Amino acid sequence: MSYPADLKYTKEHEWIKVDGSNATIGITDYAQASLGDIVFVDLPKPGSEITAGKTFGTVESVKAVSDLYAPASGTVNEVNGELATVPEKINKEANTTWMVRVTLKNPEELKNLLSAADYEKFVNEEGGH
Amino acid sequence: MPAVEATTPTIRKTALNAVHRQMGAKMVEFNGWDMPVEYPSAGGIMAEHNAVRTGVGIFDVSHMGDIRLAGPQALAAVQHISMNDASRLAIGQAQYSALLYPEGTFVDDVIVHRLGEDEYLLVINAGTREKDFNWVRDNTPQFDCKVEHLSDDFTQIAIQGPKAVNLLQKLTDADLSAVKFYWVTRGTINLLKAKPRRYLSDILIARTGYTAEDGFEIYIPADEVTSARVWNEILEAGKEFGVVPCGLGSRNTLRLEGKLPLYGHEISDTINVWEAGLDRFIKMEKPDFIGRAALENAKAVGFKRTLVGLEMVERGIARDGYKVLDEAGKEVGYVTSGSPAPFLKKNIALAYVPPALAEVGTRLKVEIRGQGVGAQVVPTPFYKRPKKN
Repeated sequence: MSYPADLKYTKEHEWIKVDGSNATIGITDYAQASLGDIVFVDLPKPGSEITAGKTFGTVESVKAVSDLYAPASGTVNEVNGELATVPEKINKEANTTWMVRVTLKNPEELKNLLSAADYEKFVNEEGGH
Repeated sequence: MPAVEATTPTIRKTALNAVHRQMGAKMVEFNGWDMPVEYPSAGGIMAEHNAVRTGVGIFDVSHMGDIRLAGPQALAAVQHISMNDASRLAIGQAQYSALLYPEGTFVDDVIVHRLGEDEYLLVINAGTREKDFNWVRDNTPQFDCKVEHLSDDFTQIAIQGPKAVNLLQKLTDADLSAVKFYWVTRGTINLLKAKPRRYLSDILIARTGYTAEDGFEIYIPADEVTSARVWNEILEAGKEFGVVPCGLGSRNTLRLEGKLPLYGHEISDTINVWEAGLDRFIKMEKPDFIGRAALENAKAVGFKRTLVGLEMVERGIARDGYKVLDEAGKEVGYVTSGSPAPFLKKNIALAYVPPALAEVGTRLKVEIRGQGVGAQVVPTPFYKRPKKN
């Protein structure tokens, strides 16, 4: 499991990579491993608003359906269309496979997110392994 | 009314629990049992599933229960409590059957094995162990026959897939080519790694399974040392066939592709035999049995729902409990089991719908997160294993 230091994390296992007022969002290595074989991703349409802490989509493995929670609020500019046909890419490269690209509404919200070190500590406690 | 199910205060573990954990299996609670759902080291659910379709996989199914009926009236007792005709069984033969409530609904589905002249073994589901045993015991006092609950006596390992026979033959002196599907034999399980030669003798080996594939289920002593030993021997002997350990995740997707019912989903205490489409396994012409009268009546009256196979035609995965809608969007039924089908590479489901909407080709919708997503009734089973030449 690896959690790059340049990403910020939620306790619901999403990461966000910020670049000025833009950001990309994906799920963590821990999340993909817990889900197992990812077979389906349901994402909002470009132009939709997402709200920090609220669900913005779903990711499904063979066995489980899991909601995606927005790490920060913003407007969706782009959806990673590749995931409609190769969702398993998330299993292979969770840290670099973004799901949506957003323009952030309130960068202040990012302060509430976890650093890589804190996230790793959190999953170790939560996962018990 | 059915007997109240005993509650389980603590989570139960099979004798192979430590082995699963050691192998890095992802563990989940299933019907009160701590069981492996998948082995990431084996590649996860999809890889496990496809290994069973094309090679061989092994499952710890020790959570399944076992009830033995033995005595001069064992056959009469089995006939009274089960829907298939056990009088047709030769010694060494098994059949799919079910225990029914007087209403014609399911206590459980079972495999009845005839082990001897007057000896039968019922293999039952994990979640219904106590309920089933109480049911069998309480409904057979009039018969000269002993009813024993042997669930904790066995570690049950399922070896499944087209290569299962090749794998298991390496470990037993029994001639497996002589054992037909749904027959049992007794034989050794040889521990190849032990020197001098060591083996378990007189092990029950059944050519049965829950994967819609050829395969075997073996019943070995439930102590941890023996269980781990045999499990590891099978994995070792199976290396040349690409054997993988499999969890309950692939067990479920495999049985779903083969339309094998799961208790609490396709069958339950509120669903009857006709609705579930298990007509093939009920013998109305045999002597009276519990549930028969209600089913005769139900057949005359007709039924309101029937089990169908669905394939998603639009993007989306139907899941257990999702609503089924007609084309106009009106709720008409529900999904009992739904999942991606790893071998067929389709999103499939079993669902109860009114008979008028059950015809193959009927367009329906499954409600997924508030949206009606297109599906179609398709022939079942979704998967049928190729016939051997």
